[in-house]
Amino acid sequence: MRKLLLATTVAVLLCPFLALAAGGKSWTGVDETVVEKYAAEAGRPAREPLINTDQGDLLLFVFALAGAAGGFVAGYCFRDLFGRRGSKAEEEKGV
Amino acid sequence: MRRRVKMTRDRRLLAALAGAACLSLLPVSAWAMHISEGILPVGWAAGWFTVALPFVAWGVRDIRRRSAESAYYKSLAGLMGAAVFVISCLPIPVPGTGSCSHPTGTGLAALFIGPAPTVVIAAIALGLQALFMSHGGLSTLGANILSMGIGGAFAGYYVFRLCRRLGMPAWGAAFLAGLLSDWATYTLTSLELASALADPANFLKMLATILLAFVPTQVPLGILEGFISAGAYSFILFRRPDLLPVLKREAA
Repeated sequence: MRKLLLATTVAVLLCPFLALAAGGKSWTGVDETVVEKYAAEAGRPAREPLINTDQGDLLLFVFALAGAAGGFVAGYCFRDLFGRRGSKAEEEKGV
Repeated sequence: MRRRVKMTRDRRLLAALAGAACLSLLPVSAWAMHISEGILPVGWAAGWFTVALPFVAWGVRDIRRRSAESAYYKSLAGLMGAAVFVISCLPIPVPGTGSCSHPTGTGLAALFIGPAPTVVIAAIALGLQALFMSHGGLSTLGANILSMGIGGAFAGYYVFRLCRRLGMPAWGAAFLAGLLSDWATYTLTSLELASALADPANFLKMLATILLAFVPTQVPLGILEGFISAGAYSFILFRRPDLLPVLKREAA
């Protein structure tokens, strides 16, 4: 099971390098190459998003803010999320 | 001593996975199945909202019921919501295709928290992505909830249950659940696009064209999503089997 997880992680991390080695625009998403392409051909091109975060470092700021907030909440609720180490033994002893 | 070594290994594995998750958070403008703002005509966009809303309401009700039954359910649903948000933002370039796409994570989430609650967390994730990340759109939110939330979650959940009833091991069932939830999502996206964009006479032709255009990226990524689901499910089954009461009762 651990080998499977490790192999999957390695495969995901290797993909960008393999794609770069193969050349081409490997970071163009299929929303652009498929969804927006066929929509534009049918006369329905995509509109500008309501809030455009693709401006300089704005997206980085949003990610940092969300990551910090999420990290603090996850840390605060750590025991609820992942349990407490040794709690099973304590339960067995009736603690 | 053996226990200490095991703990160290676990921490290393956890650190590696956390590192991989952090790498996935690097901001890049490369997205996939989400239908962008303005692509769907108003009628179709409203129609998909109408289809999606009852599932969201069902999910909210299901979350309330399950939270009353189990103290940790809300925390688990929150954790799976974060996982779906990250996984559905994770662009993975597929070597040889010249483009990238992402897994959805909704099939996996449905195995842990149920299919209807997964629709709710997918709706929240898609709403945040549409608002703050220029990923998808508010007018196309209903269509995206239908394909990723409803299609992915229900396909994954029922494939898993069917496979378990047929006697397949848990990891194999989780693999097929991840794989088919991914393909179901992209099939529904193709259906939504073709029905909104094509003339009735050309519907099947356009559906086939869009489906074929997704094939080079989604066949390998679906298989990858299958492995992610199988790995994550097996990990939780090994470390925290108490988190899977629904599956113990219904499918395992």
